[in-house]
Amino acid sequence: MSYLIDEGQNIQHLLMGNEAIVRGALEAGVNIAAGYPGTPSSEIIESFSKVAKERNLYVEWSTNEKVAVEVAAAGSFAGLRSLCVMKQNGVNVASDFLLHLASSGTRGGMLLVSCDDPGALSSVNEGESRLFARLLEIPLLEPGDFQEAKDIIPWAFELSEEIRNIVMIRSVTRLSHASGNVRFGPLPDTAARAVFNYSGPLLDPDTGPVISMILAAPELQHGPQLEKLKKAAEIFETCPFNTYTGPDAPELLIITSSACSLYSREAVAILGLEKRVGILKLATTWPLPRRLLTGHLARTARILFVEEVAPTLEDHVKIIAAETAAEIGVKTFYGKKSGHLPAVGELNPDLVINALAGLLAISYQPLTDEFTGKLKGLADRYAPPRGMTFCPGCPHRASYWSIHNALELDGRRGFVCGDIGCYVMGTLPAGFSTVKTLHAMGSGSGIASGFGKLKHFGMDQPVLSVCGDSTFFHAALPALANAIHQRSPFTMVLLDNRGTAMTGFQPHPGSPTNVLGDPVPALDMEKLCRAMGAKVEVSDPFDLAGTQQKLNHLLEYAEGAKVLILRQACALSPERRGKKKYEVFVDESRCRGEDCGCNRLCTRIFGCPGLVWDREKKVSRIDDIICVGCGVCTDICPAGAIVRKEIA
Amino acid sequence: MSDVRLAKDPYNIIITGVGGQGNVLASRLLGGMLAEKGFLVTIGETFGASQRGGSVMSHLRISGKTVGSPQIPRGKADVIVSLEPAEAIRVLAGYGNPETMLLTNTHPIYPVGVIKGDLDYPPVAEMKAAVLQVVPAAHFIDATAQAVALGNPILVNIVMLGALGRLQAVPFRRDDFQEAIARRLPPGQLAINIQAFDAGYGMIQ
Repeated sequence: MSYLIDEGQNIQHLLMGNEAIVRGALEAGVNIAAGYPGTPSSEIIESFSKVAKERNLYVEWSTNEKVAVEVAAAGSFAGLRSLCVMKQNGVNVASDFLLHLASSGTRGGMLLVSCDDPGALSSVNEGESRLFARLLEIPLLEPGDFQEAKDIIPWAFELSEEIRNIVMIRSVTRLSHASGNVRFGPLPDTAARAVFNYSGPLLDPDTGPVISMILAAPELQHGPQLEKLKKAAEIFETCPFNTYTGPDAPELLIITSSACSLYSREAVAILGLEKRVGILKLATTWPLPRRLLTGHLARTARILFVEEVAPTLEDHVKIIAAETAAEIGVKTFYGKKSGHLPAVGELNPDLVINALAGLLAISYQPLTDEFTGKLKGLADRYAPPRGMTFCPGCPHRASYWSIHNALELDGRRGFVCGDIGCYVMGTLPAGFSTVKTLHAMGSGSGIASGFGKLKHFGMDQPVLSVCGDSTFFHAALPALANAIHQRSPFTMVLLDNRGTAMTGFQPHPGSPTNVLGDPVPALDMEKLCRAMGAKVEVSDPFDLAGTQQKLNHLLEYAEGAKVLILRQACALSPERRGKKKYEVFVDESRCRGEDCGCNRLCTRIFGCPGLVWDREKKVSRIDDIICVGCGVCTDICPAGAIVRKEIA
Repeated sequence: MSDVRLAKDPYNIIITGVGGQGNVLASRLLGGMLAEKGFLVTIGETFGASQRGGSVMSHLRISGKTVGSPQIPRGKADVIVSLEPAEAIRVLAGYGNPETMLLTNTHPIYPVGVIKGDLDYPPVAEMKAAVLQVVPAAHFIDATAQAVALGNPILVNIVMLGALGRLQAVPFRRDDFQEAIARRLPPGQLAINIQAFDAGYGMIQ
């Protein structure tokens, strides 16, 4: 049984921020949780799934984030507490529905949890989701530590039910994926009955149909929506999660939220500024609690904003300061706009220390110059950079090898439009720099569909897209439908590695089991593509010769959209992990090393971490601890020096 | 509150290595043991796409007073435990100070640039001598060889925890480890992990 449903007096566990959010939702009696995987949000749905049966929960990995919000909204409409969760990019995907939902309102408490990734530690951008709260005109809460990540969730459900609208919770990687002590509260009874009432008057919030359809009468829904926001702002004035620490009239006031409040606290402590600098940590970051803020602004002359990523608090507080200037006086603001903190990337305690030291003319040097020089000397000599690459035995390396070779042989300057997954590394030498465009989920195939129609303008370069199996269902299907319908002759290479691999093998509509492990219908991608009218081939990417032959054939075929499904499970997947198919070794008598003429093709170009260039012996060798025995490198070596033996 | 005393508050530990070496489990086990003793523990981690074969780091902040930030400031690491020697140096350069205690595995995992023959991986013996010039409290053990001898290189993280236990820089004992591992892993895996812990413990004189 999961520790997340432990009950009793004074129970405390070390929880990840994501687990704390889950525990908070369980303490609030949530019944519905839906999401789409994405770092750093994925552990939330996974943790719910582990306690679904005990806590009377319906949990799903939805096809994409928009569907996840819709599924959760149905729960709310039927009177249940529901939650949907995604990474920041997912909010973009869901935003169309969210804008309508914010207008129609909700019934049972409903939360949107967005886990942002400042610094893009595991994302293709460091997009900021907080601005959506302003756009959607819904309340936004940002927990500041692990205990609060739990405690704020029941409070947010209450707020959602109070104002009858969805409430957004924003976490960041350094909270979601960090862990801290969390004291548990009691778990409620979760027996619930879902009923959707719709027979009341049109705009009745409890009994009418739930619609977002204001046509030419915005006052009917937009007006009440703004009233809800006003009510939230009023509640925020006394929110227990907005806290202030510091002197009554600080020389400098830090206004901060989320993980940045922890960096701020640490910076103030390290510099010993507790009596000079105040920290106003806000949990309610949209709409801002105006009276609370002006009260603090009135007591200081200088304000530093410490937040990630966009200067959101900074902009919104400045508006309030401008509007109340007659009352609070003239203030000087510092932050991203003044250049005291970087506008790009995540923050850390050192960046806040530097900003404070600069503003208060304090010198801070944690190490002597001499020692810093020694450390730099060590790193320069002894810490070679560790570039990104595919795992040993990764099917993507083999897939890109074949795609790259097929395009080189074709000779018409063909290229690949990339998509979101581990295979983004197709842009790097790890994927032989085959990928030449990369944007959002599903966009590779949409862009490829467009490129395919440029023949009219003289473009004769063959176009391919790559797309993972989860991405295929998430957002690439409409692009493929478009390409087939418009007769765009591109080749979609469907990298089917049997699950949403990058985020930890979550199931998708093509999987035979759901998040609980129960058997479910698996949509057959091959049949689906054929039924849509694409020319379809299937290959195992580990079969290099067969895959390249099929690719050559599809590149020549110019009648319309084509799909090549390259099917091989991820090397880290439960079905492959720890199971070597082949024992692989280099026959040193056959490896001619630098005299071969292959110019170390296997190590220098193929670049699998399991195959290393032995500088002393000047031959290749297999690193037995790293090699997972896929055997693909055997087919790379022109001298036949890499040998594989099937393990019985 | 804990009756065990910390040498400093907050006490800062970094566990580092290469993606896939079991860094996260090691940090959770260690954090869990210290939380059980009544400390406030913050573990800052990054994992996900950027960690495929790349450097990984967990920052542990141990305190009797406050919740720490999930990132340790520059120069403030009290202990660095590394599952890979070049990563030990990378983290030392970012977070070390003259008093930092360093414990590292000596078995290299080659960066892709080394695999390709574009970069040199420095000789570990030379690394060791250079590190000892900068931080005297440095310990080097071949934990991978020990883990392989026990039947599985994945045990390297547990061997390292055992060695850390022997160094007594962090307040936990074998019993604490035994309880922590029993909470995290299925019963069938306990014996081998305790064996790995003991093996690591024995590698420090």
